[in-house]
Amino acid sequence: MSLLVEMNERAMKLGVPLSVHIDVTYRCNERCQHCYLDHDDYGEMTTAEIKDILDQLAEAGVFFLVFSGGEVFMRRDFLELVEYARKLMFNVKVKTNGVMIHEYEARRLRELGVEQVQISVYSHRPEVHDAITKLPGSLKRTLDSIKFLKAQGLKVTVSNVLMTINRADHRATQALSKELGVDYTLDPTVTPMMDGDTSVLALRVDADNLDELFSDPALVGNPEEYCAKPGPVDEDTMEGYSCSAGHTACYITPYADVFPCVQFPLATGNLRKQKFIDIWKHSPQLAEVRSIKVKDLTVCSSCSHAGTCTRCPGLAYMEGSMRGPSSSDCEKSFHRTGIPSANMLRKAAAASSGPLIQIAPMMA
Amino acid sequence: MQGIWQGTLTIDPAETLADTFIARSPAIAARVMDGEMMIMSAVDSTFFSLNEVATVIFQAADGLTPLSEIVAKRVCTEFEVEPEEARRDAEQFVTELSQHGILLVSDKPIPAHNFPSSTSGNVGKQ
Repeated sequence: MSLLVEMNERAMKLGVPLSVHIDVTYRCNERCQHCYLDHDDYGEMTTAEIKDILDQLAEAGVFFLVFSGGEVFMRRDFLELVEYARKLMFNVKVKTNGVMIHEYEARRLRELGVEQVQISVYSHRPEVHDAITKLPGSLKRTLDSIKFLKAQGLKVTVSNVLMTINRADHRATQALSKELGVDYTLDPTVTPMMDGDTSVLALRVDADNLDELFSDPALVGNPEEYCAKPGPVDEDTMEGYSCSAGHTACYITPYADVFPCVQFPLATGNLRKQKFIDIWKHSPQLAEVRSIKVKDLTVCSSCSHAGTCTRCPGLAYMEGSMRGPSSSDCEKSFHRTGIPSANMLRKAAAASSGPLIQIAPMMA
Repeated sequence: MQGIWQGTLTIDPAETLADTFIARSPAIAARVMDGEMMIMSAVDSTFFSLNEVATVIFQAADGLTPLSEIVAKRVCTEFEVEPEEARRDAEQFVTELSQHGILLVSDKPIPAHNFPSSTSGNVGKQ
């Protein structure tokens, strides 16, 4: 067992929040078509408030810290926050669009010992990337930032979101990443807006695109292994949990709200009113999230994909119930293996059996 | 030994621990969990776990306190170990961690601004 796996298991057993994702702002210099955020500032945390929270997170045992947004460099104090976090010896990862990173910022990130910088790139073509970000010239500035960061010897990962508008470009974007000497990740997940608006879901790619992705060795490694039919679901799986959200990880908004995860907008407390450790240990909402084992899931517990599905409890929550299925993950499991999920079968049965409420005339 | 360095280092047996100063590298992440220090190097993402004795030495590595003093005042007193055994183990430990770039070693005090100054929380010890 690797030390990292052992650390995760120990954190789970001790109830330690090993990883925290903190959005330091929702403001952004881009207006990405698929973004789930409202970019207005409704009173984001001050420098002092964030530093106080970082002190609390270190005391609580947080090891991995992700700074994200919005665009982190929209805050003039961002590098000051990174420096403070590194003095507290967090492992720091930064998510950014890179547009405001020049030689100075890249050098400071390296000097401060940032472990990794993740940069969003949606296409190798300016006309596609810039149309998604709605910021003219953004692809060039983003690619320049990658070169500055690489020149400093920093680890950089290009992060792409596959959508209807850039679906033809992912291979070339991956090739561009290779040319730049950086890692590449591709995610076909488009999430609803945090206020519940689902209009952005129209950007999700269709089934043919998912089939293509899941059979691409450059993305999934061994397609036969990746797309293997699910085996029997064992007892350990049924007694396990969907993911680390709320167990060893959580998310903090720029307004100091604490959620189980960035994709799981369940309010569990606010750090302007409570200490982090009090929310982490005593929030009834987090206690409920932690109580849900696979065997407790209303539909998924009877699904053949229960042991291999990437079910996101946050997406399930936004769909109606944190114990229910996440339809987009059902789709992924189906297109990966060719086997419909229990949720899909249930919906198909409901659709074929006529109206939900049926009224038959009484015979005299 | 001259100056501050990272990388391969073996403490010269002819020198005394009183000549050795150790400091945590600025390129690491660290946190105590359940009494053990977990460390990750930002340089190569290698991961280390230290036992309780090693954790005490690591936490005391402020760049200003001689290793001999750390061994005498912290290790020998807190863990009831013979000075010679403690000295030998501490040398080996410092050599190993400096080889991975986790500790900086010098024959002079190491300025504080070169490394993260704060120690970490101690969770799992209720």
